[in-house]
Amino acid sequence: MKKTLGLAALAAVLACSTAYAQQVNVKIGVLSDMSSLYADIGGPGSVAAAKLAVADFQKTNPNVKVELISGDHQNKPDVGSQVANQWFDVDKVDVIVDVPNSGVALAVSEIARAKNKLFIVSGAAASTLTGAKCNPNTVHWTYDTWMLANGTGKAMVKTGGDTWFFLTADYAFGHALEADTTGVVEKNGGKVVGKVRVPLNTNDFSSFLLQAQSSKAKVIGLANAGGDTINSIKQSAEFGIVKGGQKLAGLLVFSSDVNALGLPTAQGLSLTETWYWDMNDANRAWTKRWNAERNAAGKYPTMIHAGVYSGILHYLKARAALGAGEFDGKAVTDKMKSMPTDDVLFGKGTIRPDGRKIHPAYLFEVKAPSESKHPGDFYTLKATIPADEAFRPLKEGGCPMVSG
Amino acid sequence: MEQRVAEPIATPEVQPTVWRTQSATILFVVMVVGLIVAPFFTYPLFLMQAMCFALFACAFNLLIGYVGLLSFGHALYFGWASYLSAYSAKAWGFTPELAILTGTATGAVLGLLAGSLAIRRQGIYFAMITLALAQMMFFFALQAKFTGGEDGIQAVPRGHLFGLIDLSKEMNMYIVVLVIFLAGFLFIYRIIHSPFGEVLKAIRENETRAISLGYKTDRYKLVAFVLSATLAGAAGGTKAIVLQLASLTDVNWPMSGEVVLMTLVGGLGTIFGPVLGSFIILVMQYKLAAVGEWVLVIQGVIFVACVLLFRRGIVGELANKLKIRL
Amino acid sequence: MFEIFGIPSNALFGQLLIGLINGSFYALLSLGLAVIFGMLNIINFSHGAQYMMGAFAAYLMLKYSGLGYWPALIIAPLLVGITGVIVERLFLQWLYKLDHLYGLLLTFGLALIIEGVARNQLGSAGLPYVVPDELRGGQNLGFMFLPNYRAWVIVASLTICIATWFIIERTRLGAYLRAATENPALVRAFGINVPRIITLTYGFGVALAAFAGVMAAPIYNVSPQMGSELIIVVFAVVVIGGMGSILGAIVTGFGLGVVEGLTKVFFPEASNTVIFVIMAIVLLVRPAGLFGRRA
Repeated sequence: MKKTLGLAALAAVLACSTAYAQQVNVKIGVLSDMSSLYADIGGPGSVAAAKLAVADFQKTNPNVKVELISGDHQNKPDVGSQVANQWFDVDKVDVIVDVPNSGVALAVSEIARAKNKLFIVSGAAASTLTGAKCNPNTVHWTYDTWMLANGTGKAMVKTGGDTWFFLTADYAFGHALEADTTGVVEKNGGKVVGKVRVPLNTNDFSSFLLQAQSSKAKVIGLANAGGDTINSIKQSAEFGIVKGGQKLAGLLVFSSDVNALGLPTAQGLSLTETWYWDMNDANRAWTKRWNAERNAAGKYPTMIHAGVYSGILHYLKARAALGAGEFDGKAVTDKMKSMPTDDVLFGKGTIRPDGRKIHPAYLFEVKAPSESKHPGDFYTLKATIPADEAFRPLKEGGCPMVSG
Repeated sequence: MEQRVAEPIATPEVQPTVWRTQSATILFVVMVVGLIVAPFFTYPLFLMQAMCFALFACAFNLLIGYVGLLSFGHALYFGWASYLSAYSAKAWGFTPELAILTGTATGAVLGLLAGSLAIRRQGIYFAMITLALAQMMFFFALQAKFTGGEDGIQAVPRGHLFGLIDLSKEMNMYIVVLVIFLAGFLFIYRIIHSPFGEVLKAIRENETRAISLGYKTDRYKLVAFVLSATLAGAAGGTKAIVLQLASLTDVNWPMSGEVVLMTLVGGLGTIFGPVLGSFIILVMQYKLAAVGEWVLVIQGVIFVACVLLFRRGIVGELANKLKIRL
Repeated sequence: MFEIFGIPSNALFGQLLIGLINGSFYALLSLGLAVIFGMLNIINFSHGAQYMMGAFAAYLMLKYSGLGYWPALIIAPLLVGITGVIVERLFLQWLYKLDHLYGLLLTFGLALIIEGVARNQLGSAGLPYVVPDELRGGQNLGFMFLPNYRAWVIVASLTICIATWFIIERTRLGAYLRAATENPALVRAFGINVPRIITLTYGFGVALAAFAGVMAAPIYNVSPQMGSELIIVVFAVVVIGGMGSILGAIVTGFGLGVVEGLTKVFFPEASNTVIFVIMAIVLLVRPAGLFGRRA
């Protein structure tokens, strides 16, 4: 009996040491919105970005075997949580990536914690993911609401836009965006002269735009998202808001939205992003590869797509560093946090203890059609917000892992 | 004369045999046995969710199938019940049975309010009014603070049943859901086969005749409406505890459409139809999760096909072929 | 300048005018629903999707054949109307003998199909469509800045609404239509092809929705889901007005647009629910609707 145990132990040790040089197996699940509201900012584009990340990593690390699957949460938290549960339990997925839509992302984050797996958020905006609802199994990669509010708010006030009027989507998300931005504006010496709470999915913004116009505020802040943002920008152009000397600041606008609006309508709009495809040669080269992978010529990757790429790359690096064997989600997250991040799209950065990935953010202004040199030439860079100022300070988030 | 919704199946002409007279009982036993062994072969969480939807669809079917009222806003009771159930469990620390009861009561109250408005009009108007009221309450849910807007209510504790049984264990939760589902199912079966249920069917066939027979049909319709909303509430409340979340999806209008689809596919006015229909639709939803682009189109095609080709639904067509009642 | 409830009167005039613009869309859409319901006894749930088709048709025409706003305003409703005729021949004609609810269910299914295909083919983010050159800019009315395009929306939709009302209530063709609704057998006995009238009516109702869609394209987000939310509000409008009369549908549409516009000034948070609340009140006070006859 004793002998067999000893032999078994020896065998186990041997197995471990030989496996170290051998294969590392991981399974990545890209969970996104493939067909409805967020399909353009995440969706199939995120899957393409994930494929690029895996391919790039395997070039230098052939011993890491990666299986990539994808799923559609259809923007429904219960579908998302069902898929996440099944992926973790049945399909043995190690990490879930992307998940636009805060409701679904919060559900998946909770599941990842309960099952001690890993969740890398690129698509969702809620800053609570690394705030009050943070957990040791979630890393928030690309952007969040606080960073958008801060970036746009601060930079606009500094460039002279010191009086603000808010068009706020009347639900939790809009309120949070408005409150965060108001804080930043006032801290930098600006003033909020008025606001109006607009119900979600309002078709006609003209009434609210007239109120904004007569407020004489220098900046009209759009604390809304998706179709509401597009409608409000479209109708601002019609009512001559920008021509009348007021500036529009979109607090959650993606390059795909700008593409949807067209430059004649969107020109003059200010917005913050953490990544823009046409900013440097590295991004342009990556966009070309993404286009080939995505098989869609006229589309441009969003910062969410770039975040999926960068997040998976860093995950694979951390996972390879741990070597073969089984590691739970928390162990891998800790490893990811202990290593500095570095990739061609976001450059050097870090992941904070609360799970927040830190990198610079950029304030852009949408070009007029006459300034745009080629298709997809959307933005002029107005300001860069350095990494250490771009995101909410660690202590202010109320993340229990940090304060405790 | 127009063909009514869920037209009654022709009376059996064949000599009744044990198989024919007891077909419903036999099928019921098969269903119960199936649901007891299923979690050993299939993912239990999926089954629990499917049972919640099955109860929801059965509750909906009580109205369309047995009173002939098409409610296009049943997400209202389902969704608000799941919010209240989730909130009471999370914020007030209710035990799961109390939380589900809270959800059920929410369904009842909202059903009474919406029902007393909606039954003032008939037919198509009834459908439009229920849809409009549900949309209004969707906006309230969106704007209310306690619902968490787009984030929903997350990480709802499953807690301990009666303070004793730990529901975070999957099998315990499964048994609770199974009991709730079967209780709801049998309750509906009782209603349909009671004198009250006979009056409901009389209203479905010909409301004017029922009125002339001295029945206060509005009152009967309202009671049926409240019962349906209450059971939808029970389903929604249970789902919130099972999935540990409540979200906008459950109060939004596509959910109202989905429950119509489930019932239509299974068979309007059949006891087992909604159960089968909801399992089919849910399986489809998850099988298609990898290629989600076409979910909406496929759902639409099923709607059109059901209305044009087999209005009785799967169970209804089957029952008609075999000349039995299911 | 004087004030009403703390709002400057000039701002109020502006909001009233804007309410009318909003009401134009409600009026056009509920008019189409009423025309279809009057003839086919079907509530056309795909009306919102067909409104979206109108906007998409305008976009596709501009992109692939360079046809701008003005041709689109005529051709898009025609094309979408033709699809309506096909839908009626293929599907709806089989349902007339059934309970009305089957029509609702079938058109709901159609709406899902149309929206799903649009999402797959054209994405969900929305598509650009600009205001035509002739209608750029606007007038300063003193109390507000009125974009020319908005003025055009009011004029065009009023014209279409009144023309439709005139045709149905005041012409021989309209008389046939109304008679065919009341007593199809008798009208057939006069040698009039009733099924064809029904088909064309559905096509016309759908074309009205598409017309509203083209009008909406330059100012609202052109996206697959643009119609589905709107149609629920229009249902409430129809319940309030009752579908008994053409004029009723038009007046209710404009009227509720104005009420909604005013809510946006006094109590913006409720502006999306006000129409539903009004619906509830009308149901309590006058169940048949403002212009409806008790069935």
